[in-house]
Amino acid sequence: MNRFSWFNAVSLTFGFAFLYIPMIILVTYSFNESKLVTVWAGFSTKWYGELFRDQAFLDAAWVTLRVAVFSSTLATILGTMAAYVLIRAGRFTGRTLFSGMIYAPLVMPDVITGLALLLLFIGVGLDRGVLTVVLAHTTFAMCYVSVVVSSRLATFDQSLEEAALDLGCSPAQAFRLVTLPIIAPAVISGWLLAFTLSLDDLVIASFTTGPSATTLPIKIFSAVRLGVSPEINALSTIMIGIVTAGVITASVISKRNMVRQRREEQAAARAQ
Amino acid sequence: MRKFFLIAVPYAWLLALFLIPFFIVLKISLSDVALARPPYVPQFSWDDGIMAFLRDLDFENFVFLTEDSLYWKAYLSSVSIAGLSTILTLTIGYPLAYGMARAPEEWRATLMMLIILPFWTSFLIRVYAWMGILSQEGLLNQFLMWTGLISEPLMILNTPTAVYIGIVYTYLPFMVLPIYSALDRMDGSLIEAAEDLGCSRLSAFWLVTVPLSRNGIIAGCFLVFIPALGEFVIPSLLGGSGTLMIGKVLWEEFFSNRDWPVASAVAVILLLILVIPIVLFQRNQQDAEEAAK
Repeated sequence: MNRFSWFNAVSLTFGFAFLYIPMIILVTYSFNESKLVTVWAGFSTKWYGELFRDQAFLDAAWVTLRVAVFSSTLATILGTMAAYVLIRAGRFTGRTLFSGMIYAPLVMPDVITGLALLLLFIGVGLDRGVLTVVLAHTTFAMCYVSVVVSSRLATFDQSLEEAALDLGCSPAQAFRLVTLPIIAPAVISGWLLAFTLSLDDLVIASFTTGPSATTLPIKIFSAVRLGVSPEINALSTIMIGIVTAGVITASVISKRNMVRQRREEQAAARAQ
Repeated sequence: MRKFFLIAVPYAWLLALFLIPFFIVLKISLSDVALARPPYVPQFSWDDGIMAFLRDLDFENFVFLTEDSLYWKAYLSSVSIAGLSTILTLTIGYPLAYGMARAPEEWRATLMMLIILPFWTSFLIRVYAWMGILSQEGLLNQFLMWTGLISEPLMILNTPTAVYIGIVYTYLPFMVLPIYSALDRMDGSLIEAAEDLGCSRLSAFWLVTVPLSRNGIIAGCFLVFIPALGEFVIPSLLGGSGTLMIGKVLWEEFFSNRDWPVASAVAVILLLILVIPIVLFQRNQQDAEEAAK
């Protein structure tokens, strides 16, 4: 049955045009000669040069990258532990509170999370800087990681773990040799999600950072508040380029795996 | 012992960095503002015991919020902006999800990737992209003047219209994905059955497709409405000074006025407003899970 009518074609075209035209315009105007972003004055890559000579942007990029690597790694460890507890630990005192604390940050407005964490850091007298931003990002990102990992943990066959234990594995060995390889794709996508969320966050970082650690989104925000600038277009183009390459690679890999799996299944079916 | 450790580490982390900070916000929302560092005077301390705490409880900041019409207007306009943008997102998102679900099998993975790609791209950059399009001398105005539809440039940036566009644009994937997954699971022969039984295409759509994608629609609406309500970036970059939204008010109260107690009180009330949609959303998700079993 094929119900792909002209109506569907129109709504797909319109929807994707709406999603992509603004980004295409942004990328196009990063190669504009003119300082005025809305007037096309010929092709030029000079704004990329300006960007790489701007020490403030490079410093901010370095801070952002460090924060993102540390917080996403920490969030992946804590989030995987939390997911394991949610799915496998059974009942324990305070379980409801625990799962509430895992899901609540997902719907919490950034302004509230940021304010609350800042007041905590001031309360305990922690100097604001890279460390406080890492702590803040780890806290909300671990919840995303745990949601991603727990959905994978919930669907896989627990008897595999039991078999490993029966065959003489210690619980730690069973986790390392059986569970971890199975949930690995979810753990990796959890890490990527945490990394992206950290790179992207403006509001929580603005609240929890100090003058010594300006992240890239904070820098971008203060620059674009004054209006559109071609340097920011160049920076956006680089970021969009990296993300696009990453997403396309990931989808090609997953497609190849799917094809291979299907081929193996067919081969197995023929062999029987 | 191992299990205890496994539970205790993430538990302690979340208690210390998620739950306790909210009690601090609550506590400071009941404090007085002061010209000091930090700029507030706590109204009570835990040392005096719980009775002294209850006796001295001071809702001054909350009373202030009800007296100054700025806050009322900001809460109301946040709810109405978030609500209307949710409806607009549904209007654009539903046909898009429907088109994806009816597209030829071999296109779907690519279409899915195209929906997810913006989600991984920086939020800030996606909002920024509209600043150059919507401004007075921006590309949209240039285009409209070129077509002759308007003779004077329209004021779009720094108005609520720009905020609606920004919210619809950035949250569209959140609407499309749950609706798409509901439509994708739907059994196509149900439509054929409805048409065989005399339904027109349109009434088959209203009587079969829409009810079957109900859970996806509800999930999508909440996924747009809840974050849009506390949004800060979009109103502050696209909305200008004339657009009131509570996330922006909280930010300005904190960073510009340095009034921490009032900022905390604003946060507490925003949280109370959010509880209603969050609880409804959770109930919908549970219903959907049970229906799937």
